[in-house]
Amino acid sequence: MNQRGGDGFILEGVRRLGAVTIFLVRLLLECVPALGRPRLLVHQIYNAGARSLIIIMLSGLFVGMVLGLQAFNLLQRFGSEEALGTAAALGLLKELSPVITALLFAGRAGTALTSEIGLMRATDQLTAMEVMAVDPLRHVAAPRFLGGVVAMPLLAVIFSVIGLYGAQLVGVQLMGVDKGVFWSQMQGSVGLHDVTEGVVKSLVFGVACSLIAVHEGYHAEPTAEGVGLATTRTVVASSVITLLLDYVLTAAFL
Amino acid sequence: MRGVHYAVGGRPIFAGVDVQVRRGRITAIMGPSGTGKTTLLKLITAQIAADRGEVRVFGEDLAALSRGGIYALRKRMGMLFQNGALLTDMDVFENVAFPVREHTDLPEALIHKLVLTKLQAVGLRGAAGLMPGELSGGMARRVALARAIVLDPEVLIYDEPFVGLDPISLGVILRLIKHMNEAPGITSIVVSHDVRELATIADHSYLLSGGRVAAAGPPAQLRASDSAAVQQFMTGSADGPVAFHYPAPDYAAQLFTADE
Repeated sequence: MNQRGGDGFILEGVRRLGAVTIFLVRLLLECVPALGRPRLLVHQIYNAGARSLIIIMLSGLFVGMVLGLQAFNLLQRFGSEEALGTAAALGLLKELSPVITALLFAGRAGTALTSEIGLMRATDQLTAMEVMAVDPLRHVAAPRFLGGVVAMPLLAVIFSVIGLYGAQLVGVQLMGVDKGVFWSQMQGSVGLHDVTEGVVKSLVFGVACSLIAVHEGYHAEPTAEGVGLATTRTVVASSVITLLLDYVLTAAFL
Repeated sequence: MRGVHYAVGGRPIFAGVDVQVRRGRITAIMGPSGTGKTTLLKLITAQIAADRGEVRVFGEDLAALSRGGIYALRKRMGMLFQNGALLTDMDVFENVAFPVREHTDLPEALIHKLVLTKLQAVGLRGAAGLMPGELSGGMARRVALARAIVLDPEVLIYDEPFVGLDPISLGVILRLIKHMNEAPGITSIVVSHDVRELATIADHSYLLSGGRVAAAGPPAQLRASDSAAVQQFMTGSADGPVAFHYPAPDYAAQLFTADE
């Protein structure tokens, strides 16, 4: 009985993975014509990116400040406070910025995407498009997906910049690390590949989180409860997939 | 439609439905709630496919058409949804302009004129700048009608156009449906359970019941029918072939069981 239940669970997982993959392929095919509509695309980048700026900047500042404090405390034990700039930069660029930005993106922009598309489904707007011979995948899903993919790396970069400022604020202004040492150490030991790692990660997270948000909204049950459940699934799935992908990408970059 | 069978999750909705819609006429599809009236529209617009039987639109078998072929066919139809289904992120003007922008390369000045003409036809030219959330139910349906007719379709489909409307809005929609059908060659299909309203505009009607066509003919002919199912629907009787009580175990037995 348990064996059968386990098989069913695996089969359902494989079925869902297959469905999402087919959806991704269809979405990517529709992204090409969507690129020809810059107004629609810019609007979605604004929705997913600009509207997430405040939460990203605030979080970046606080995460940077905490990182500065913790790293200073740790490095002080070994008499290496001057390495604070390097520690903060590597921590932020390679790990914290892409991961936390993705988690915040899933909670802010991802849920907004899912509920918006889900409500469009529930109020027959997507069906109306279909009947008007307009493919909703091209008009609704593809621009929103692209908007999320473009916005995520930009948000992660902004998170890193604000985070570094936060770390500097605590390390240099509060704890008294030399300003010149802080920046020069960072400049000397952070390479382009470290920045690239962070950008690639955020790009992959952008694809994953936007895909999940759009897919869940597009396939939401057309009821209030269905849209609510889809929104919850977006946050849970995006968070877990982000952390899983983070491990895979970190291992790949080592 | 000929001999159409359609089931959802093993539950049959249609078991051999035959419906023929004639060009240039208003055809009413009536029936109690849950008889599959909206499902019938979904079959006609190829949103779903029949399990068995044949659905032909403009003489073309829908089952044999590709996605592109279905989209080409849909461009010749206009559909009014029960709730209007206006796109909530666009104002009234942009909603009506939406199909034009998607399917034509008309210059902006011409789109402007075309949209205003259609809005004028439904009496809402002055509401062009309003958002869908600012419209009443009747107004939203009129905007949706303007959107449905903006590309001058050959077939207009109305899904429950009278539901939830006040008497004035209802009268306006009735008048508009009649008026729209006066254009040469336009065919209208109206799905509704509002017998009295449909009787004033329909040339022909079908009454669906139990997965089949229970009666067909002009509304006056249906009213004179001696079929119990038709009479129950036309007169609005609470009990009849469509029972008042949902199937349940014996009432007294269930009450005693509950006591114990």
